[in-house]
Order: sequence, then C-alpha cells, then structure tokens
Amino acid sequence: MLNRIEIGFREGIRDALGEKIRRRIVEHLGLAVDRVRTVDVYTIEGDLTTAELEAAAAGPLSDPIIQTWSVNRALADRFDWLVEVGFRPGVTDNVGKTAGEAIRLLLGRADAVFVRVYTSRQYILNGPLGRAEAERIAADLLANDLIDRTHIFDGKTWDPARGVAPCAPKVAGEDRPRLEEIDLDVDDAALLEISSARVLALNLEEMRKLRDHLKDPDVLRERARVGLGARMTDAELECLAQTWSEHCKHKIFNARISYDDGTGRVRVIDSLFDTYVKGATRAVRARMGESDWCLSVFVDNAGVIRFDEHWNLVFKVETHNSPSALDPYGGALTGIVGVNRDPFGTGRGAKLIFNTDVFCFAPPDYAQPLPPRIMHPRRIYEGVREGVEHGGNKSGIPTVNGCLVFDDRYLGKPLVYCGTGAVMPARLDGQPTHVKEILPGDRIVMTGGRIGKDGIHGATFSSGELHESSPVTAFQIGDPITQKKMTDFLLVARDRNLYRCLTDNGAGGLSSSVGETAQLAGGCDLDLAKAPLKYAGLDPWEILISESQERMTVAVPPEKIGAFLALAAKMDVEATDLGCYTDSGRFHIRYGDKTVAFLDMDFLHDGVPQLKLSACWTPPVHAEPDFPEPADLGTALKAMLARLNICSKESVVRQYDHEVQGGSVVKPLVGAANDGPSDAAVIRPFLDSFAGVVVANGICPRYSDLDAYQMAAAAIDEAVRNAVAVGGTLDHLAGLDNFCWCDPVESEKTPDGAYKLAQLVRANEALYDVTTCYGVPCISGKDSMKNDYAIGNTKISIPPTLLFSVFGRIDDVRRAVTMDAKKPGDLVYILGMTYNELGGSEWYALNGFVGNTVPRVRPETAKARYDVLARAIRLGLVASCHDCADGGLGVALAETAFAGGMGMDVDLAKVPAEAVGRNDVLIFSETPSRFLVTVSPDRESAFIEQFRGQTAARIGTVTTDGRLRLWGLRGEALLSEEIGALKAAWQRPLNF
Amino acid sequence: MAPTVKCIVLTGNGTNCEMEMAHACRLAGAEVVEIVHLSELLCGEKRLEDYHFLNLPGGFLDGDDLGSAKAGANRILHAKIRGRAGATNAETRLYDQFSRFIEDGKLILGVCNGFQLLVKLGVLPAFDAAERAQTVTLTYNDSGRFEDRWVHLKVDPASPCVYTEGLTGLYLPVRHGEGKFIPGSAEVLARLHREHCIALQYSTADTATATLDYPANPNGSVDAVAGICSASGRIFGMMPHPEAYLHRTNHPRWTREDLPETGMGLALFRNAVSFIKRQRL
Repeated sequence: MLNRIEIGFREGIRDALGEKIRRRIVEHLGLAVDRVRTVDVYTIEGDLTTAELEAAAAGPLSDPIIQTWSVNRALADRFDWLVEVGFRPGVTDNVGKTAGEAIRLLLGRADAVFVRVYTSRQYILNGPLGRAEAERIAADLLANDLIDRTHIFDGKTWDPARGVAPCAPKVAGEDRPRLEEIDLDVDDAALLEISSARVLALNLEEMRKLRDHLKDPDVLRERARVGLGARMTDAELECLAQTWSEHCKHKIFNARISYDDGTGRVRVIDSLFDTYVKGATRAVRARMGESDWCLSVFVDNAGVIRFDEHWNLVFKVETHNSPSALDPYGGALTGIVGVNRDPFGTGRGAKLIFNTDVFCFAPPDYAQPLPPRIMHPRRIYEGVREGVEHGGNKSGIPTVNGCLVFDDRYLGKPLVYCGTGAVMPARLDGQPTHVKEILPGDRIVMTGGRIGKDGIHGATFSSGELHESSPVTAFQIGDPITQKKMTDFLLVARDRNLYRCLTDNGAGGLSSSVGETAQLAGGCDLDLAKAPLKYAGLDPWEILISESQERMTVAVPPEKIGAFLALAAKMDVEATDLGCYTDSGRFHIRYGDKTVAFLDMDFLHDGVPQLKLSACWTPPVHAEPDFPEPADLGTALKAMLARLNICSKESVVRQYDHEVQGGSVVKPLVGAANDGPSDAAVIRPFLDSFAGVVVANGICPRYSDLDAYQMAAAAIDEAVRNAVAVGGTLDHLAGLDNFCWCDPVESEKTPDGAYKLAQLVRANEALYDVTTCYGVPCISGKDSMKNDYAIGNTKISIPPTLLFSVFGRIDDVRRAVTMDAKKPGDLVYILGMTYNELGGSEWYALNGFVGNTVPRVRPETAKARYDVLARAIRLGLVASCHDCADGGLGVALAETAFAGGMGMDVDLAKVPAEAVGRNDVLIFSETPSRFLVTVSPDRESAFIEQFRGQTAARIGTVTTDGRLRLWGLRGEALLSEEIGALKAAWQRPLNF
Repeated sequence: MAPTVKCIVLTGNGTNCEMEMAHACRLAGAEVVEIVHLSELLCGEKRLEDYHFLNLPGGFLDGDDLGSAKAGANRILHAKIRGRAGATNAETRLYDQFSRFIEDGKLILGVCNGFQLLVKLGVLPAFDAAERAQTVTLTYNDSGRFEDRWVHLKVDPASPCVYTEGLTGLYLPVRHGEGKFIPGSAEVLARLHREHCIALQYSTADTATATLDYPANPNGSVDAVAGICSASGRIFGMMPHPEAYLHRTNHPRWTREDLPETGMGLALFRNAVSFIKRQRL
C-alpha cells in the first residue's frame, strides 16, 4: 500500500530553497521565472492507518510553525509547471531512511511494522515558461537523469484533486542468486571481448594470465576439492579484475618504463613508485636515523607519523573524479565520506580531526557548447561543493583549508581531491596502534551500512576514461550519519580493545577489504549469504564487489565477538559476522555451502603482470609572448586579482564548517575583516595542549604545459612554503602525493602517450629531488591515471596535475602567524630572489600566452630560507607572512594590504631580482619559494640577523592611508590603488 | 563545601561538538563531566537524574534529514528505555527523564543543533512548563546556505538567563544552515520580549544594537533572536557556539588583537557551574 505525504511552507513563510532555485534559473539558465516553491514528498510503503499517516505528517515530518501538510492530497495549486524529482530505484535515499525510522519510532512498534519511505521533491514554477523550458530546468538544474526520475506537470491541465499518483522506486529484485562460470579457454579476441563486456578493464596480457592460471593442474586439483572446475566463476573474475585494476594496483606507477629524456639517452625505470616516491621517503628516513618520526608509510590506508609520545597523526588524500563528473553531488559526497574511512581504517583506527579539499574545475562561466554527457562546469562546481559540504559538516570534521583551481581542460574531468587527517593513541594495551595484525581464526565482521548494487564496478570504472557507456550502477551517494554512528561505535570498541584491526570498504568492496586484510592472516573463509543486503536480487559476485558506502571490515578475535556484536547492537549499528580469517593461503568465498570463489592468495595479489611502457620527453615550445608593458598597472593588478585562480573563495569557504571540534587556530579566512586568504591551517587536536597541526596544499597544473618536472616541484614547494608561512617547520612535516594524470599509455586513442608518460617520469623525478632536499617524506599517496574524456571525435585530457599536501606538528600554536598586515609602520620584506619566470603564469594567461620560462624551484636555497623563516617565526620576529604564488609579488602585496585593512608603500627597485627589466614582469613573475613578510620596527634588527647571508630585502612600509602604492623600477610612481577597490575586484568573481 | 557539579554532554546519532562542550564544562570548574552516548541512556546504563547540567551540543541529529533536529526530537519523545524490565518505578520513555530533569529545576544548555532540539521538543520557550508544545522554530537561513562566520551578540541584562548573567556582549561563531528564528505568533514573540527570554540577539559590532542586516544577522532571524531561555532562565538555547571560543587562539583575529587568554564563550559555562554550586541543585 502506497501513501503520499506532502509538506509545504505556510503562506507568508520564506522558502529559501525555492528562492535559491529561482535565482539559479534566472542567472544560470537565463530563463524568466517569477516564483519557485518547494514541496517535500514522502511516499510511504506499508500498512498505515490514516490516523497514523496524519500523526507522521504532523509529527516528525513537518514543522508546525512554518509548514503545512497533506495526506494523499496535492498541496500544489495555481502554477505554470510542476517538476517532481525523486530517486531512481536503488539510489541511496538518506532522508527516506531517516523518515522510515522516525515513523517506526513514532508508532511505537519499531521492529514489528514494515515501513519504507521514498522521498521526492516538487518544484512549483510560476512564470512565462513553455514545456521545453520546464524540461530544460528539470534536466539542467533540478535533476540528474542518471540517478533521478522526473515528472513534469502542466498547470493548465493540473487536477489538484488527482495530484500525483504515488510511486515507489523499488528495486525489483528476486532472491535467486546465480553463479555463472566463464570459459576463458578462448582466443585472444574473445578474451578481450570478455574483459570489455564485463567492464573488467583488464588488458590482453592480464586476461591470458588468468586463462593460463586455470590450466595449471595443481590449481585444477585444488579447485576440484571445493567443487569448482576449469572455468572461472563470475565472482572470481570480478574479484581479480578489482584487485588487478589500475585503481587498486597502480599498474602504471609500478610499470617498467623505458624513458628517453629527450637527449637520446634511454633509461629503464623499474617502478616509478618504488624508485622515486618510496625511494625518496627511504632516503629521508635514513637521514633522520634515530629521530625518524615516520611510523607507517605506504602500507596502510593512510600514512602515520608520530605527534608526541602518546599520539600519532594520520593523513590521506583521495580523488573521486569520475563519479563527480557524472553525479557531482553524490560523487563528491561519497568522495569525502570515503576518504574519511581511510585514516579511520588505518592501523587499529583513528579519530578524524580535519578535512582539506581541492577541486579543479572548468570555469563556471564557461560559455561554449558542451560535448555530450558533460555537465556545465557551474553545475559541477555547485554539486561538488554541496556534496563535500554535507559530507564534511555532517560528519563533524572541520574543513580547515583547501583551494579551487580552474582550467578549461577540467571540463573533461573535474578533479575532486578530498583529504582527511586523524589522531590515534600511540598504544592500546601496550601495543602500537599503527600496526595491523590478524590471526587465523579471527572473525571477519562487516559493520555499518548494507550492501546494494551501488558502486558496482567503481574501481574498474575509474580505471578507464569517461565514455558513452560508462555504467550507471557505478553511482553511490554517501550517508554521513550512518557513517558517523559507525565511527562513534568503532572508537568505543577500539578503546575497549574489542577488535584486532580494521579496514574500510571502498573500491572493490569486500573483495578488496577482505582480500587485502586476509594477507595478514594468510587466507579467509567468507560466506556472502550472511551479508546484510539493502534489497533482494544481488548475485554473489555483486555482493562481493559492491561499493556500497559506510562499511568497515573488522577483524575480531573469536573470544571478543560476543562483546563486539553486543556493543554494536546497543549503539544501533549493524554488524555481521561473515566468516573467519585463515592461514590456508586461499581466498575462499562461499554463498552458503556453495563455493563461489577459490583463489590462491599469491596469485590474487601478486599475479598481475608488470606493464612495460615507453616514455619520451620532447620539451614543448610555445610562442614567445609579445605584448607591451601595460601603461596602467593598477588596472592590470585588479584584473589579476579577479582571475579565477587568484580571486577570493570566501563563498565556498564559509559553507564549510572549519571550526567544529574547537581547535581552530589559523582559519582559512583571516585579517581585519575575517576575509583575507590564509596560506595554511593550524589546529589544536587536543584542547588541553598548545601543540598543533599544520595543514597545507600545493597545486600548479598550468606549469605542466611547459615541464611537468617544474609543475611537480612547484606544487611541493607551494605546499611546504604555505606550511612554513604560518609557523610550520621542515623538521616535522610529512607529505602526500596525489597524481591525477591523463592516460599516459600510448595507444590508438592516445597517440601522445609516450610524451604524457615522460611528463609523469619527470614529475616523479622532481618529487624525489625536492622532497629529499627538504627532508619532507611522503607517507602516503594516490594516483588517478585516466582523467580523459573521449566521446565521438572529442577528446579532452586534463593537464597533468600533482596535488601535494603536507601536514606536521607545530610545538606551540601561539607562535603561529597569519598573512594580514598588522600595524602601520611595520616594515615590508621580501624573502627570495625574483627571476623572469612567467611561463605558464596567470599574467601570461591573462594576456593570452603560455610562454616558455617556467618558474623553477631552487631547492637548496629554498630550504635554507624555510629553516630560517621557521626559526624567525618561532622567535616571534614576524608580524605577517604571505607566500608569493599565483600572480606573484603583486597579488601578495595587495592581499597582505587589504586583509590587514592597511595601505602599503613599496619600492619595486628594492626587490632583489635577476634579469627583470619590466615592472609587470617583476610583480607578476611566479618564481617559487618567496615570501612577503611584515616586521615590527622593534624586531627588525633581530629579524635581519636571522637572514644574514640570504636574499631578503626591505621594500616598503605598512601605512595608515588605505592605499597600495608602488614605485617602479625607474623610481616612477607606478600604481596607487585603494585597498577597498583591490579587495572588491578580488571578491567579485566567485561571490555567488 | 560546595557540592560536586556533574555535567552530562549528550552525543550520538550525528552530534559533533561534544568534545569541546565537555572541555568547556571542565574549564568552568565542573568536577564531573561525562560525554554520554544516547544509547547509554536508552539502554538504562546512564540516567539523567544523576547529573545537574545537561549539555546538548551542536551537530546534525539524524543528518537533520527531516528538518533540523526533527528526527532527533522525535526520538527523545518516543524512544523507550530498553533493558529495564523488572525495575520498579522506572520511566519508560526517555522523554520522561527529560521532563523530570526540567521539573527538578536543573540546567539545560542547547547549542546550535541542541537549541534546535529544545525548540522542536517544545522545551523552549515553554512558558507553561506543564504544557510543552512547539511554539517557535529555527529554520533555513534566508541565504539558503550553511554559513560559518563570527557574529556579535547583544545580551539582555534583564534576562533571567542563568548563563548570560553579568555579560554585556559576546563575539562567537555561528555554523548553521537552519538558524532563522521564527515565532509561532505575535503573542509568543511579545511574551518572549516581555519576560526577557530573548537573552541574545545578533547585533552591531558594539553589541549595543540588535540588527536585521546580513551578515551581522546571519540568518534573517525575526527580531535578531540568537538565543532564548525559559522563564526560569535555567534552560537556554542559542545558535552561536560558546564552546568554540574557549581560548584566544580560537578568535579569528587573535594574531592581530590583544585578547584575554580565556575566550568569551567560557563565561556561559562558568555561570552555569557557579549557579549549580550556589543553588546546591
């Protein structure tokens, strides 16, 4: 029996959501609409009396002060169009779930009554719109066809007495699990056909390896024991495809690469990951020796370093690009709650203390025609922003900083980087917490959410480009509250020592989480029939690889299983014993008594053949920029401040809670009016201590157009520089590398693969060179290698992008520094030499050029500067410190001045520079590793003393008159601008 | 000797400011501060009657999926205490414990989601303690968005509010998407004013004048209401977060202003703790 409850606002009550939608229709779609009202619809399945339905409507489902409700009667009337949007079958409906629980509780028969609730929302439009316009509003703004159902009603034919017929998007599944066996003893073409038809994303060599494995007589004998033959089961094939996917095995980063560096010399690199990333960390750790504070690197879901004697810090950054391209809200929400589970599922579990997010989009004002299946960048921007808002805020984790990066090529795929940090006690019952241990006999418990078809093929899907038939089952929508309840429970269980260790269910679902942890014991025996499902109709292989969210896999010692399950029940969290870890050497998966997968652990994890690739570097040459120095640099500076990559991101920042947990020290917005752009975040994870954590990011994709080596070097430098700018120190700073590349494997569709792979090689070389020089070890990372769009004749590849994130300890947060000018009379210093380095800069981009002189990191001199600056900040000698990045010194000066609400007089002739003859070059050059610092006059001599022998120059003073004044290289009065006007230019572009 | 002050900070189902709220209670001098998961109340392991001061922290109860704190209020109203079969004289509903706590004259502070919860339970303003029904609400900000920003607050010196006693103004962050205060009727609003239940209003920077102007009034609250108390002053709800400003380094401009070591938010908790000691609750 289906019933509909509708909830609308009372007359005279403001409908803020409706108004927001109206603004977007007018501003984004350019359509005239007078009014938009919203009505929330709950479609209720179950035998409820009218009185019970009315009690639900009047009780938990509506607010008596501002809302009105109806049961099986339409509220909407007198409109031009009505668009009702609800989920498609199987899409996570968080509100529906909460409503169902609330109704059961209200009726006082919590478990005895069947109630299922499906939600939808009506948008009631008044305005001069035709059906085509209403359909466009539905398709381009209100609904996403991949996950939503849409019904449009014409006001002229609307019968309020009839309203909308109730409809429940049930998954029509039958409980008849099937097991399919696939014959792999076929020719190469047929093997490839199997791989492509099943979205396995395995190449021919890998498929052959599977085929040959099943010809091994020992293997066949073993299989016969459990009732399997010479054909591979669907569960085995899917599980192998997950485990061997690019997403899980990082095949490109582990490939054997023959690299031609452009001079004709060819080198063989056996695994970029091992050679450069791990190699750098090994080198840094060896140098630290006894004082090495790295605890767990590259082996767990996240990296672990020491914070102090009692606590460890954990950090992980992930991407969720492909899902966010197709469903920005759900994809990004899943991204953030997904990365939350990485540090949470590290070692024996950690408490989450910060999020940091970096998004790369095409410009929101993109005005050209969109290729098929690509959403408008503004919709992606808003959807991703909101998904991460809900995921972060509702989980109670402060989003302490982040950034937005814009480039047309992110139209092909937006990049959604989400990072999460955590703290874990160094020991529990005397045992270190960062080490995972599982013993044979330990129970395999799945806890949190249930399993549905959502997210099937997520790992293999993201291991390929976005194409016409990208699967729609790959969609998940995260549920932060289910996850919060689960993490609350698991932290209690951890502190009571009720489990051995845990890991998250992310890509590949149980096949990955159990497959990976089973290595610690030596095997597993798991019964999929015991797994709790969202609905009937899942085949065993689907249960095994489903990526349904909010689930952790926990290894529980048999003697503690009772206490563990009892605590879960008490805290209203689902937990199910699915089997046990073994030392059989076999990944043994059953469905009831029937074996559905029986794989050798070694073959599963180490069987994937190494890729062999070639890379060839040819330095690109761009047109030499040719434009005169502008006569009016004030206008130029304002134009630079309004660049999307430079302008204020306040509207986004404010929508993220950056203060929850009470330890906020350096916020993302600082300065006299709380609106200046902070370089990095500082938080106190423990409120009874002044020791803090610094968090910063660096990302410079534009430089990839010149040399990915300098792109990577600049990103690493920027992250480290930002951390140092607020009071961080290289002595206790760890990094995470997050590579997002376009497909670098040469093929018919990627003829320039050798160049793109050379870019990857060079970025890795830079990572090694810079991190070893700085002594900043990478402790974890991730790569996403197929960020391309290819439909029809259109191919869009993202610029190769490295996000480098750092975090570390600050001994005393009371020494932290912010970027805003503090007091009139303070002296303005620049630290570091400025070179003519505008290649790939914002200034060249504004003038329509790329150029060739890429900004170059000089790690040795930079390191010396960072060490001294860190000391000067610790000694309290620095009033403000801001890094020079996009837009160079000019932008840094403007930001420092207007954030402080003060003017500044600066003589550019005093800026230490080499081969710079033009004022625009001097103020907009993006030479890395530089800082703009203000110093109180009474600290100046001590400050200078620290920087003896380094490039540091006093270039001006902070003034009271609210103007930024620059004198040019020839002593001329170059620029004089009101800081208010500069700030307004900087704040305008993304203020929506 | 002053009595031992026992604080309970309720958490679970989406609450997320429990840690800093408990820290505030400790800094304020409470001897016992316990973060208690709702499930511990529901299974009868913990009872409200064992405490003096109930803290309802911010967060997103059940994701605020049915409107802020709606599903959370529904749970407190209707959830039964489990596992107390055989116990004599036992309350069966969690709400009965709440009612008794209020009738005993004990203190309740709801911040943000906790304030929304008190309002939707009908516990605030509850002019008539015997008849609790929702008479005001907190709903979507006029901006239609969640916002994190610091606001100035005017304190009504004539308010019976236990928490704001002796304070003149406050500067605290709001972090909410549903903080717009709307009274159910003009009479309700008039009575709130008459009885000085509106202890806090969003104000100009000098904390002297209440304001309706965005962003100083961050959500469009009617009459700039930021926090209201019961007639007794013992139950208080506010949208801004006092527990987010316990130390000067929490202040957004601590690197440029001379500020006292202790943050402004602590005063509310100190008032609560000293009230409990004075009244020997």
